[in-house]
Formats: sequence, C-alpha cells, structure tokens
Amino acid sequence: MLDRKLLRDLWQLRAQVLAVALVVAAGIVGYVGSLSAYDTLSHLQATHYERARFAQVFAAGKRAPLHLVDPLLQIPGVTEVEATVSFDVQLELPGVVESLTGRMVALPEHGRPRINRLTLTRGAWIDAPDSNQALVSEAFASLHRIGPGQRIGALLNGKREWLQIVGVVTSPEYIFPSRGGFGDERSFGIFWVGRQRLAAAFNMEGAFNRVVVRLEHGASEAAVVAELDRRLDHYGFTGAHGRGDQASHRMLTQEIAQWKVYGTTLPVIVLGVAMFLLNVALTRQIGTQRGQIAALKAMGCDDAQLGRHYLKFALVIVLIGAPVGIAGGAYFGVSVAQMYARFFRIPEFEYRMLPWIPLSAVVLSLAAAAMAVLGALLRVVRLPPAQAMRPPAPPSFGPTLGERIGLARLYSPAVRMIVRDIERRPLRALLTTFGIASAVGVMIAGTWWGDSVDHLLDVEIRMRDRQDVSVALTEPVSTSAIHDFSNLPGVMRAEATRDAPVRLSNGVRSYRTSIGGLDADSQMRPLLDEHFQRAPVPAAGIVLNRRLAERLGLALGDSVYVEFLQGRRVHADLPVTAFSHELTQLVAHMHRDALNRLLGEGEAMSGARLLIDAAQRDAVLRRLKNTPRVTAIAEIGPVIRYVRENTARNVLFFSYVLAVLGGAIALGVVYNNARIALAERAWDLASLRVLGATRGEVSTLLLGELGAEVLIALPLGCLMGYGLAWSILALSAVTEIQLPLRVAPGTYAFACLVVLTAGVVSALIVRRRVDQLDLVGVLKTRE
Amino acid sequence: MHAQTAQPRPQATGAEPVFVAQGLTKVYTMGEVKVNALRGVDLEIFASEFVVLLGPSGCGKSTLLNILGGLDTPTDGTAMFRDHDLTHASEAELTRYRRQHVGFVFQFYNLIPSLTAIENVTLVTEMSEHPMRPAEALALVGLGDRLQHYPSQMSGGEQQRVAIARAIAKRPDVLLCDEPTGALDFATGKIVLEAIARINAELGTTAAVITHNAPIAQIADRVMRMADGRIASIERNPSKLRPEQITW
Repeated sequence: MLDRKLLRDLWQLRAQVLAVALVVAAGIVGYVGSLSAYDTLSHLQATHYERARFAQVFAAGKRAPLHLVDPLLQIPGVTEVEATVSFDVQLELPGVVESLTGRMVALPEHGRPRINRLTLTRGAWIDAPDSNQALVSEAFASLHRIGPGQRIGALLNGKREWLQIVGVVTSPEYIFPSRGGFGDERSFGIFWVGRQRLAAAFNMEGAFNRVVVRLEHGASEAAVVAELDRRLDHYGFTGAHGRGDQASHRMLTQEIAQWKVYGTTLPVIVLGVAMFLLNVALTRQIGTQRGQIAALKAMGCDDAQLGRHYLKFALVIVLIGAPVGIAGGAYFGVSVAQMYARFFRIPEFEYRMLPWIPLSAVVLSLAAAAMAVLGALLRVVRLPPAQAMRPPAPPSFGPTLGERIGLARLYSPAVRMIVRDIERRPLRALLTTFGIASAVGVMIAGTWWGDSVDHLLDVEIRMRDRQDVSVALTEPVSTSAIHDFSNLPGVMRAEATRDAPVRLSNGVRSYRTSIGGLDADSQMRPLLDEHFQRAPVPAAGIVLNRRLAERLGLALGDSVYVEFLQGRRVHADLPVTAFSHELTQLVAHMHRDALNRLLGEGEAMSGARLLIDAAQRDAVLRRLKNTPRVTAIAEIGPVIRYVRENTARNVLFFSYVLAVLGGAIALGVVYNNARIALAERAWDLASLRVLGATRGEVSTLLLGELGAEVLIALPLGCLMGYGLAWSILALSAVTEIQLPLRVAPGTYAFACLVVLTAGVVSALIVRRRVDQLDLVGVLKTRE
Repeated sequence: MHAQTAQPRPQATGAEPVFVAQGLTKVYTMGEVKVNALRGVDLEIFASEFVVLLGPSGCGKSTLLNILGGLDTPTDGTAMFRDHDLTHASEAELTRYRRQHVGFVFQFYNLIPSLTAIENVTLVTEMSEHPMRPAEALALVGLGDRLQHYPSQMSGGEQQRVAIARAIAKRPDVLLCDEPTGALDFATGKIVLEAIARINAELGTTAAVITHNAPIAQIADRVMRMADGRIASIERNPSKLRPEQITW
C-alpha cells in the first residue's frame, strides 16, 4: 500500500520530481561528460602513440654519415633507430600571399617510416621515390584545402620545385605541427618526399640530419640522450631530447592537461551543486509531508518502513535523472573528445566511458539522496504522531534588522513580508541563493577562457611583439645584413634579432628553450614588467621568464647553467638578473651585446623583426620569400585571427553546453522553490485572492522572495565564477602558455541572462498554478 | 458588470436589497457523480442587515455564500449584487467585485505569519481605494493595543479578529463570514461575534454569517435555514440578542 502511495505521490509531484531529476541530470552530464572526455583523450594519445610507434628520443643536426646509424642500436636500451633528412623551406601556394613554411622530411628507402608511422587519410602513398611526389600533413592540407592531385611550390635549397601531392597523412610527431609558437598549424606544413629526391636537392646523399629512437621498456632516456649527444656532437647535432621537449608532444600534452583541470574540477563542482540541491529539495519535500508521516506512524508504520518509503522516493528521482544525465554526459563527452581529436587530427577516434565514471556519478547521487532523506526524516519522526499531525504552529516572526534600524517606513507590507521570510529562514534563503548562484558560476567557469585567450591575443602578444612580420635566417649572419631588410620597399623599420637554442639547467631540472637577444632601445620587442611598463635590459646576466624560473627553481641572483645547442656549443653559468612575464612562452633573454660576446660570434643576427606598410604587405612578403637565407617568415596578424576563430568556435560549443546545464540547474532550483513556497503559502495567498487581491499581486508576494534571491544570486554567481576560474588556473600545471585570469562583461552578462531566463520561465510556470488556487477550499478546510 | 467606484454607503434602513438571487442552482460534477449543491434558491439580503445562514454540513450554505461572494458561479439562475450581475462576470470582474465590495472572514484565519496585525491589515488596505486606517480597523475589533503582534503571538480569537479587521478595513459593502467561530472555543467565539455585530451596527455593513451552530442565529436580524440545497425557511428574529447574551 505504501508503494501505491509512493506512485501517487510521485505522480502528484511529477513536475517537482522532474525539476529535481533535471538538476541531478545536469550534474551527471557535467561529471560524466568531462571525465570521460579527459579519459578518452589521454587514452587516445597513448594508443595513438603506441600504434604509430612514436619515438622516445629525437635528435637533429647538420650532417652525419649514414654509417653511424647502425652502431646506435648498440646503445643500451635502444631497440630501433631511424635516420632521415629534413629541411624547413619556403612554400608557395597559388593564391596565398602570406608566408608558409614547409618541413620536407625524407621517407626511408624502403617506403614508409617504421618509427613515427604515418597514417594515410586520403590519396595514395608515393610510388616513385625519385619523383616530386609528396605526402602532406592533414592539418595543413585541410586548413588550405589542398589534396591529392594538386601542386605546391617549394624552395628546395634555393631552387623552386613543384611538389605533386599524392596523399594526405597524419604523423604522431606532428599532431601539433609546431615550431614552438602559437597557431603554427596554419603556416607550418609537413611534407614527406622520396629520400633520393630530397637528399639530391640538399646534397645529403649518404648522410642524415635527423634521427629518432625507440627505447625498450624501462630504459633510461637520459642515458640514451647523453650517449647520442656524445656520438653525434661532431656532426652539428644540437642536443638529443626526449618526448618532453618534443614540440608537438609538449603542445598536445599541455592541451590535454588543461582539459584535465576542467575534466576534474568542473564535474566535481557541477555534481556537488546538483547533490546539494537534491538534498535541499528532498528535505523540503519531506517537510511538507509531515502530516502524512505522522498519520502513517499513528497507524503503526515504523521508522524503518518510513525510511524505506522515502528512500524509494529519492531513488526514483535519481533513477530518472541518472539515465538522462549519463546519456547527456556521453553526448557531451563524445562531442568534446571529438572536437579535440579533430583539432589534433588524431586519425583514429574511439570514445570510451570507463564504467566507474557513470557508476560513481550514480553512487554519489544516491548517497546524497539517502543523506537528505535520512536527515529530513530524523527531524520528522522525532515528533510524536499527535503533534506532527497538526499543522505546524504559525512560525514566529520579528522585526528585521532593517526595520530595527528604522528602514521600515521605506517599504510596504509586501516587501516586509518578503524580507522577513528571508530573515526568518536565512539558511534556506542562503541555500536557494547559493544554488542559483552556482548555476551562474558554473557557466562562467566553463567559458571564461575565451576572454583570456582574447586578452592574450589583444594585449599580451601585441604589447610584447610589436612587429608585423618576423623573419628567421638559416644561420646567424653579421648584423650589417639588417640593411637588406630595412632597405626593402614597404619595410618601415627593421630590427635585428638574435635567438639561440639552449638548454637551461639548475641541478636536475632542465628546460629546452631559446635565449633571445634584447636591445635596450628596441621598439618592437621591449622588455616589459608585469604592468606592461618598459623595464631596463640588464647589461649582464640572464632574464628569465618568471614561470620558467619557478619551474627551474631559480630566484633572482641565482645562477643558471646554460648550454648553447648550436655553433660552438658554448656553456656557461649565468646569474639571473631579472624576470620577464611572457604568458605565451617560457623563454629567456639577454642583452644582445652580452649574448654575442658570450657566443663569440661578433655582431650577429639570426633574424629580424619588421614593421611594414600595410598597403604593401603582399609585395613585401613576396620580396621576403625571395630573399636568400630567409627560412621562415611569420606574420602575427593571421595567427591571431586564426587562433581567435578557433577559440571562438570552441567557446561557442562550451557556452551552448553550459547554458543548457546552468539553465537546467537554475530552472530546477527556482521551480522547485517556487512550488514549495506555493505549497506552504497556498492558504495565505488564496485568502488574499478571496479578499480581492489580483493574481498579479498574489504572484508578486509568492515570487518576490525568489526574485530577491535570484537578484542577489546573480552578482554572487559572478563572483563564484571568477573564483572558480581562479582556482582552475591555480590548479593548472605550469605550461608554455599561461592563461591570464580575465572574464569579460559579456561572459558575466550571458551567464546572468541564461539564469534569469530560466528563473522567469519557472516563475511563469508556477504562476499558472497561482491562477488555479482553490479559493473556495480556503474558506473551509486546512490540511 | 461595469467598473464601479466606491458608492455611498446605504443608510441603515434595511429597505434596499443588496443581493437578489433567483433560481440559483449549482451542480458539481465529480467524476461520474453529479452533486446538486443548490437546487433553486431565491433570496434577498438588504443593506445593513445581519443575516445568519443556518444549516447542517452539506446543505449548500457555503456554495451559496461563495456565489454571493464572487468566488464561484452558479450552474443556473441569477445572482445580482445591486446592479452587478455575478452570474456572467469574468474572473477579472469578480476579482474587482471582491476587492471593492466584499469582505471575507474564514474559519481558519489565514493571516500572513510574517506580518504583524497592523501589517496584515495594511496589506489589504493598500489594495483598496478608500480604506479606513488600519489602526482604526483593529480598534473596531478591540485590538487597538495589539497592533505590532505577529500571528504567532496571538490567540485564535485575536487572530480571527485581525482577520475581521482585515476584511472590513477596505470599507466593504458586505461582510461574508464562513463559520467564523468554527475553530474557536465558546468564549473567544463570542468575542469574534461581537466584533462582527459591532461592524454591522456601527458601519452599517451588511453581514452574512454561515454557521451550523443554531444559537448564533439569535443575534441575526433574519435567519435563513437551509437544507438539501434549498432555503427551508426565512424568519425575522423578533427579539435580536447581543452576542454576549447567547450561550452554546
């Protein structure tokens, strides 16, 4: 019979049951979706690396004879070695003026690489290795809409050649085709060509300039790196390194790591909020049934039976919410993982949801529901049946704080009623406000990073890198070459740059990066403090990015061991004389004169920064492409545009998902509260209707408190969102790119608007109930 | 029914009919069962009259009061308040009618617990056009010294008197009371009846009180006995008593 009561209660309270189930579902969606997406991505990375036999150690240099390769297999721990030839060249794509760099990689004699295996996604493999046939990396191909059958111009050792694209491939080495910069995949393409063809063009017959190594399980990467360095040092190899210093791996791991923070903090927050709301809703629901509970007890129902009865009630709510939440979570998880997999261009995609993820979500929901039921029941069953059967005595009220200090005259009885209700049950008001605020907070916490990226692009990058175009040279040349650039028509100003790849170490901690030479009076690359004010460039010592210094455990005045990875392989201990604050790079700087002295190369430059006349951009870029020794031309504008478009698309997706989650939470909270308030006040309100109050007036009284709570919750939710964003940042690992904490007004406004809309919608639904108040009933009975 | 501004209060002559009902029937359909709550009621209630509707539970007296009060509409027949047709009025018109002309008192006082006595009254006076001062209304029911008390700080009788003050503060033309003493003991019930009688006498407000408690009929000008959905008898009270004179 109790089960029949359960079914009828559920049916009668169906709207409220659904509202609470909706909140539970929203929590589970966030939890299951984020966790499974993170798990899928890390799993995808691992399996893809294994399937594609991604190398563990990498080394690149100038020119080493091929007979050195086989003996490398004798290095303890090395199971496989593959040597190749690769060069970065200028590309020409019909209709594209901007500078594009291509990395030409030679395919082995026997056809396909055994290490860093390629996956063919379109077209065919090369069948004539000495022809101009080429394979192109998927990212570059799709961003520039090129494919099999098309031709692309490449400047091979100063000579223009037309490569015939026959296939599109992905490589584990270039999941993120990166030269260490921001948004490289658009301007940096990888091309695989026949070994004979490439070797012939660059005079590399019988030689190699890159080698990749696979290790046996448990082998010491450091030992292999050291031995490779020892053996290849004479051939211009700039230092072997493991995956940790491999550009693509670093970027991919960083991206997944960033998702990890979202994938673990956000779901905990969302599920926590949902559990909390479930608890509040059940507590109140049981509170309104105190009369029935007493009657059941009076009939001889024992506490255990009552407990089971209400646990079933909670169970039904969770069981309605859970499948919806898990299905929604799977959709969210697949979408996120797929979005990232597509962005990374990992060829195989397989979504997986480890069973513990939905299971733990359901168990947590059930536990929260059970706690709520038991807590609320305890309070009710303690009452003797006779007392519980009477409606609760009129609750006690007193003047509010505002009235005690004399503000009473300022507001009407209706307002007083609202204020007193809030003051009388501050905890309840607080919980409701918190629930609504958390909907706002969760939305902000999920979308603020778009604002951060915008800030990064608009302020960070533009303040520090003020050039329009930067140019890299094949090797350092005398600074007098700067005139070759400043004299180009269309170039308004040119500054020489000096970048030298280094390994920085402090004890066991080390990091591969580069030292940039700074001019004290540089207009295009000033040294800036945290507040973007120009700081003096110390004449001696090294300027370290603050996050890099933290990573290496260095303070001002400490000395850092610097190994240059090019040229004469100079090494030195340098004192840290200042910090820099770049958010997008972990780099080091020195005064250019000091750097040149240290390297003993005289006044040298390895590249240039240029300010150009926008009207002559195309001509300048064309001329730069034809300038000898220029290997790379980077334009900031298109990169910023590209990153912005990418971010905007991702933010849009998250805004959509979180708007649904936040809206569901807000709807659940507001609707449920309004229904409970209606249940508690039905008599008061119906009496007022009988006395001639209009529906609007009565609705104001009913919903005024909720309205006030929503209005308080909005700014509170904004604060909460900011706090969540802050903690997500604080929890994030130190990576190359550090997002600044920025939340734009539009992000706050959007979150508030969604929650406000959800609030208004639920209020309107409840208002319909006000219209159906039983005016005749109030004249007669009470409970 | 057209919009009405407050009308001058009719003189306590008892001559002018306030309510005129003819052939009122009300059938409730409950599932497949039809319940005839009213089976053709004709009545007139005059200005400033004190009428008691007497009858056992289920005789239709509440249904009748609800129709006169603009809370319900009849299945058939007509009900007029002065020149307002209550039979065909819209929901909004009925709300306006209740707001301007009717004061209700319930068996359970239904005060707002978070508002003091005077604030409960003020809540209603703020909705009406020519109300009396809330303190004045409370003084009329003998609660001039309990203005700042909350419902939880008052007895049932006091709460009911606040409810009466709330009902009459807007100067209604009629005061409709459904078992106003139903939840009260004898002593407090009498105090409440005194308050109603005083309003009727001093303000000239037409009062209609529903009760199943026969002795209460002794304080009325006229007593209408109801049974089975019909008015069984209408009697003029030859010797109207004051509330303190009755016992039950």
